[in-house]
Amino acid sequence: MSQKPEKLIDKKGLRLDGRKPEELRPIKIEVGILSNADGSAYVQQGKNKILAAVFGPREMHPKHLALPDRTVLRCRYHMAPFSVQERKSPAPSRRDIELSKVIREALEPAIFLEYYPRTGIDVFIEILQADGGTRGASIIAASLALADAGIPMRDLVVACSAGKVDGTVVLDLMDTEDKKGNADVPVALMPNLNSITLLQMDGILTSEEFEKALNLALEGCREIYTMQKEALKSKYVSVEEDE
Amino acid sequence: MSSIIARVKQKQIVDLIAKGKRLDGRGLTDYREIKVEQGVIERAEGSARVLLGKTEIMAGTKIEIGKPFSDTPDEGVLTVNAELVPLASPTFEPGPPDENSIELARVVDRGLRESKAIDFKKLCIKPDKKVFVIFVDVYVLNHDGNLIDASALAALAALLNTKMFNYEMDEDEVKIKPGFTPLSVGKHPIAVTFAKINDKLVVDPWFEEEQIMDARLTMTFDEEGNVCAIQKGGSGYFTQKQILEASKMAVEKAEEIRKKLKW
Repeated sequence: MSQKPEKLIDKKGLRLDGRKPEELRPIKIEVGILSNADGSAYVQQGKNKILAAVFGPREMHPKHLALPDRTVLRCRYHMAPFSVQERKSPAPSRRDIELSKVIREALEPAIFLEYYPRTGIDVFIEILQADGGTRGASIIAASLALADAGIPMRDLVVACSAGKVDGTVVLDLMDTEDKKGNADVPVALMPNLNSITLLQMDGILTSEEFEKALNLALEGCREIYTMQKEALKSKYVSVEEDE
Repeated sequence: MSSIIARVKQKQIVDLIAKGKRLDGRGLTDYREIKVEQGVIERAEGSARVLLGKTEIMAGTKIEIGKPFSDTPDEGVLTVNAELVPLASPTFEPGPPDENSIELARVVDRGLRESKAIDFKKLCIKPDKKVFVIFVDVYVLNHDGNLIDASALAALAALLNTKMFNYEMDEDEVKIKPGFTPLSVGKHPIAVTFAKINDKLVVDPWFEEEQIMDARLTMTFDEEGNVCAIQKGGSGYFTQKQILEASKMAVEKAEEIRKKLKW
């Protein structure tokens, strides 16, 4: 791992997995796959395999955390020990805690929290396999799980990252690109409201590159949004056909 | 981290901001006064105390010899930790670090790490075996808002003040020699934070503004004006236009702080 990274973009301008710089990884989305949860979704993006489940609105535990004027959204981002190359301890790491916080703050603007005072909504996200951009894929899954749970929302939240790899601005970084690349900009968006609900960055970018990466990430978000809506609709369409 | 701000005051803050003014007399893009004092703790390898208005942060560095991470056998280690000490605010409670203090530490860490402020290769003593581990502990002593910018300044000031002990290798043992050399800090990342209040951006929010803000955006810049870390916080949102507006303003603010502190 320590030796100089191999080329991340080849002579033809293609990336390690054969993608063009502005191309997304293949995505598979399924909604409503867990029978015990009020809402659930599964997202596969590249090698990312992510499950999200929503419980609630339900009675808040512990009770003193309940709020008189709105529901409390709680989020737990958790990686399975086998989800990464070297076993990850199942105890929440500092990274997990930060990601749980930013994912919650990315979802909160979408939910009509004031509809359910004194209750709690729990979002549980399990990373079964990680391949870079897990927070984005988690947001895609979590917002679908919220919608599947019938929680009134302003819009679905969709997320995607862009970044710089070998000096080129690229869309949807995979694991190796994230680790060895120059920068990573994860973005979450409510497309119908043009509201950016998550924005982070690490690496080094000039202002122009940042603007370009932000635009690219937003385009990626909009592209995924259509698939996200399709996945949500298809669950209910298929239910009707069964009858 | 929430406390209650009276509705009348909330309205006053919002109304003033709409007119381009703020309750403490600042303009929307003005920082509070910044004071930096270095070398305040003799026992620490490096230390600094930063005042940003009434927000007060102390940062100390300690250096130990430890093992490198297996994926970077020839690089030293930087660990940033933040403590929201209960004496700093009625909203802080004793106990293990909560998500706010973890986020604070990680945003400060990201700024230092991604800007390449420290050359980790230089902290290697013996590849795979021994490296220097630098601990930066950020201690919030008084919370009056914008902990991120103040903590980033304090952490950097403490690193700039850090003395490394001299050593020589005797077989596999590190022998400490007398004297010190200053830690070399290559880049000086500066964090600039905005609060979005009622669709307006204000720089360096103080406590009460933070209580009523919709969202917050922090951008960290190196001296070339490159962005090296960004963090959005709070349960609101930003538009693309607001982000680009903030990013333009933030570069200028970072430069202004850099000039003032001569970093």
